[in-house]
Amino acid sequence: MKSVRIAGGLGFYGDSWRPIKASIERGNVQYVASDHLAELTLAILQKDRQRDPNLGYTRDFAPMLLDLLPLAIPRGVKFILNAGGLNPMAAREVLLGALKKIGIKLKVGVVLGDSVLERLDELQELGVSLAHMDTGADIATVRDRLLFASAYLGARPLVEALDAGADIVLTGRVADAALFLAPMIHELGWRWDDWDKLAQGIVVGHLLECSGQATGGNFGGDWRSIPDLAHIGYPIAEVWENGDALISKAPGTGGRVNFDTLREQLLYEVHDPQHYLTPDVDVDMTTVRMDEIAPDEVRVIGATGRPAPEMLKIVAGYEDGVMGQAMLGYAWPDALAKAQSAAEIIQQQMVEVGLKTEEIVVEYMGFNSIHGPLVDPTHAKDLNEVYVRIAVRCADKKEAAKLGRLFPPLALSGPPFIGGAGGMIEPRGLLGIWPTLAPRSVIEEYIRVSVEES
Amino acid sequence: MKKQLVELAHARSGDKGDIANIALFAPDRTIYDLFAREVTAERVRTHFEGIVTGKVERYEVPNVLALNFVLHGALNGGASRSLRSDALGKSLSSALLRMEIEA
Repeated sequence: MKSVRIAGGLGFYGDSWRPIKASIERGNVQYVASDHLAELTLAILQKDRQRDPNLGYTRDFAPMLLDLLPLAIPRGVKFILNAGGLNPMAAREVLLGALKKIGIKLKVGVVLGDSVLERLDELQELGVSLAHMDTGADIATVRDRLLFASAYLGARPLVEALDAGADIVLTGRVADAALFLAPMIHELGWRWDDWDKLAQGIVVGHLLECSGQATGGNFGGDWRSIPDLAHIGYPIAEVWENGDALISKAPGTGGRVNFDTLREQLLYEVHDPQHYLTPDVDVDMTTVRMDEIAPDEVRVIGATGRPAPEMLKIVAGYEDGVMGQAMLGYAWPDALAKAQSAAEIIQQQMVEVGLKTEEIVVEYMGFNSIHGPLVDPTHAKDLNEVYVRIAVRCADKKEAAKLGRLFPPLALSGPPFIGGAGGMIEPRGLLGIWPTLAPRSVIEEYIRVSVEES
Repeated sequence: MKKQLVELAHARSGDKGDIANIALFAPDRTIYDLFAREVTAERVRTHFEGIVTGKVERYEVPNVLALNFVLHGALNGGASRSLRSDALGKSLSSALLRMEIEA
């Protein structure tokens, strides 16, 4: 029976591509599918593009490809990446330029049409409310602060690019798992209404889209039992024509693929497991079966699907204030009490200098900065050290920067024995996320695919 | 006898906007049934008071011996606007494992 082997690439913008080398060299893969876009990544890219209209893509992708192509080309390995971000065309220009320079001839496809920021008026005129998907709030409340708005596209335009012979496909926002579903459909010829096979493809893609999280990274079980995370292998899937799949990783790599590491990833960022909605199919994960058949080999079968939803998800991002933050460490004895005293001093001074905040968060790192009110208070006694961290939400950078300036004087005029005064932390723009829905017809009408050779 | 979930289970959490999910994994069917009885959506909502501002939903995923909890208003508005150190809610999973149940 025909099958295809696909390697998981990056899990986010900034992830390591070193493990992909092992997948190409020793994993016998035909494709690498790589996810560069977290929800908030588009905001970073929008800021890049505001500075320079030729930016707006994730800038790690070209160095990554130039490093991997010498291994990939002799083996015929193709790439599918959403690294195009907000500007897939510019990403292609950069890549074509780099390939020409070193005399490599490859076909590079782009998928356009996911960005709808310029089309919001048109969508509203067509009767799309763009109301917040979870709260029902009116988009007018954030409309003038929007930085980006992108629809999650499905696998179809990616398959079109592969069918047209693309060796590398660059997209903007697409459903993460669609990056993986596309090569399965291209190679295995699944029909677009073969819902169970599409569902299997999405489950496999979902398992592979977060790099090391499928192979023992961020593992919540017995994390000490995971070998050699320094040389972790990223996940590899072999998928057969009938939809059956085998998840593994390249021989000789660290990490682990077993029932536990995969079931953690199966439900990662999932809400209703009976209706995992993607642009291509409505997936039921509760029928999936995962069986360990050999060390680091798990067979995944049985996902079932229902027809694709009529509405596609759009995620927009809007400016939502600026965060100022500062921190300072205090040593034993009475480390927590000293840090608390410092926080009181700072908060009094914040009022006295008239610092205008919309929200203040005070955390004690080493005590409660991660679990907040859920920490065990009996641990508060006799801590070796505690850092006080104060974060504020302000209207602008100038206001937020005032917080940091209150901290240095504590060194000489506050409670005793500080350490770790790491200098000022630059205020950072905050971003609200606006998820909403639109009928697929009004989105898909604008999708364009083009393939060009270097 | 009271037992803390950390002795019985493992968990992973993830974020989407201001909604977090925590999947709680049982080692076998008996403990899965125990979780299904003891770790209700209501108990999880109470457990996360002070962190989670909205409703909590629970989905049963017996094929992988898991309960999936969906926590609304869990992330101070969402990772990209949150002032918290754990902006992504990656550690909400281990925070759930602090819960004690009758076992």
